[in-house]
Amino acid sequence: MHLGSTLTVSFRALRRNPMRSLLTALGIIIGVGAVIAMVSIGNGAKSMVEAQIASLGENVLLVFSGSFNQGGARSGAFGAGTLTVDDAEAIRREVSTVVAVSPEVRTGAQVLANGLNWSTQILGEGPDYLAIRAWPLSEGAMFTDGDVRSVGKVCIIGQTIATQLFPDGSPVGQTLRIRSQPFKVVGVLSAKGLSVQGADQDDLVIVPYSSAMKRVTKQTMLRSISVQATSAATLDLAQNDIISLLRQRHRTTEQTDDFTVRSQVEIAQAATATSNTMTLLLGAIAGVSLIVGGIGIMNIMLVSVTERTREIGIRLAVGAHGREIQLQFLTESIVLSAFGGTLGILVGIATSELLSALNNWPTLVSTTAVVIAFFFSAAVGMVFGYYPARKASLLDPIDALRYE
Amino acid sequence: MPPVVQLEDIHKIYDSGEVPVHAVRGVTLQLHRGEFMAVMGASGSGKSTLMNTLGCLDRPTRGRYRLDGVDVSGLDRNELADLRNAKLGFVFQGFNLLARTTARENVELPMLYGQRRYSSAEMHARAMRSLDIVGLSDRADHFPSQLSGGQQQRVAIARALVNEPQVLLADEPTGNLDSKTSVEVMGVFQQLNAQGITIVMVTHELDIARYCRRNLIMRDGRVVSDIPVPDRLVAEAEMTRLREAESAAKLTD
Repeated sequence: MHLGSTLTVSFRALRRNPMRSLLTALGIIIGVGAVIAMVSIGNGAKSMVEAQIASLGENVLLVFSGSFNQGGARSGAFGAGTLTVDDAEAIRREVSTVVAVSPEVRTGAQVLANGLNWSTQILGEGPDYLAIRAWPLSEGAMFTDGDVRSVGKVCIIGQTIATQLFPDGSPVGQTLRIRSQPFKVVGVLSAKGLSVQGADQDDLVIVPYSSAMKRVTKQTMLRSISVQATSAATLDLAQNDIISLLRQRHRTTEQTDDFTVRSQVEIAQAATATSNTMTLLLGAIAGVSLIVGGIGIMNIMLVSVTERTREIGIRLAVGAHGREIQLQFLTESIVLSAFGGTLGILVGIATSELLSALNNWPTLVSTTAVVIAFFFSAAVGMVFGYYPARKASLLDPIDALRYE
Repeated sequence: MPPVVQLEDIHKIYDSGEVPVHAVRGVTLQLHRGEFMAVMGASGSGKSTLMNTLGCLDRPTRGRYRLDGVDVSGLDRNELADLRNAKLGFVFQGFNLLARTTARENVELPMLYGQRRYSSAEMHARAMRSLDIVGLSDRADHFPSQLSGGQQQRVAIARALVNEPQVLLADEPTGNLDSKTSVEVMGVFQQLNAQGITIVMVTHELDIARYCRRNLIMRDGRVVSDIPVPDRLVAEAEMTRLREAESAAKLTD
């Protein structure tokens, strides 16, 4: 019996009982659908992270206090502050591959303007900060070195602050009170939207770090130092030079470093690695449901073989070879699972689109995942259909014809 | 012309249980082309076993079976299947049609297997020809559930004929039919036999056996009688008689 008629016979057999065929394929449909949806969501998150990398500024290194490798106490990132403004100046002075430096302190505070108040984050930065972060202003100008030296009461506000506290007209030139102290708004940042973690990146106020440290918070140590290298090529060199310099200044060794220097790429890679692991895990769980779907197919095929014993007897009587019977049932099983796989792929794509629309999660349907899912479901049909098909082929025609 | 069926001292012994069952004990017979033979006997007489042997569904333990000159004892399972496909046609008591499959597709079934390959157009044409012979070409697209018992059996006969077999084997073909439909179906068999088709039919009803030409009676695995049928009935005549009896009954009501 050649392939054409085998497929015809199998399709006819499945068409004879459409409800059962659909229910049998349901396990595969759900399994494949789940795999596709989860992988799409995972991929979407990953691509968002990658987009975030691109938006964070090139050739940027982040120096922050605390180390993940500290021998005794692990203080973690941003732990007991050990970075000083002098460290930042030293980096700018002595590392030739560094082109810009911005020391950072951070705190939360209430800000007031025009009789409205708002709880927000206050960042104390250097004037190079916006250049390092590649974050343009929509209005006004960044504060200067002079402002830093004079501990000036000037600030840059994010779009959310502008919208919330300065509904009429331009905020530039107006006054913003930070912890009851008046600061003059000299610039407004352009919009950045939500971060990957869902935080509002436009909800912040930037003041000179000296002003932040003297007037807003009582911190004497820096939270971090943002550094921009001269180019992507010199990034590694800059990273090493900064580490050596700080080790010298802090008198630490690799084992006792109280700081960490990371490139933005490394930070983003860490986030991607996590999301990759999550995606794989979710995919594996969904893969298990595919196996279960396969077992479902095997069960139904076994029932089907028993129910169609008479039919198998007739086919054998009119001249079917055992092999042909086996091929027929195996084909039915594969067609069923491949059909389920196709439906599952469509369901998975639809689900991920739906979730994407409802929750604002990004999704990215991966062609690789689709192809793998399809062939995997066909394979499931082949593996789990083998035993029932073999059983069918070994039936004796006389007994089969007599079967009640 | 050599006989189409030659059985020489056929024995069949079933050895599966505690006691071996000697179902057929030395049957020798010949069937020529165009014969119409009934095989009768009580249950346990061995007639089913004999039919299974004739149908190449089972191999005899001893003895030789030649079908259309071919000795079946040397053939393996697949070769036997091919032989059945080419030379035999089966009709069963329970019709054994595929449900939710049209009459035409049912008749096409034997053409899906065997050595010869047909295009779908050829299969369609041959199936329609076969249905024509049994007078059901207008119902080719009906499902068995839409056909009466007699019509279903006629579709089964068409299926048995589609590969132009040497012998038609029928196992209690009228067992599930009422008396009037039984006569109709026997009429079809007689018509086919008149066109030269060889038929072997198992039945336990003497009335049905009277439509055949030769009557073989078995008991305890042996042939105890093998005679031409006396007082043969002709289906058409019987149909007319029944119809007249029916209308006569209506007139008196």
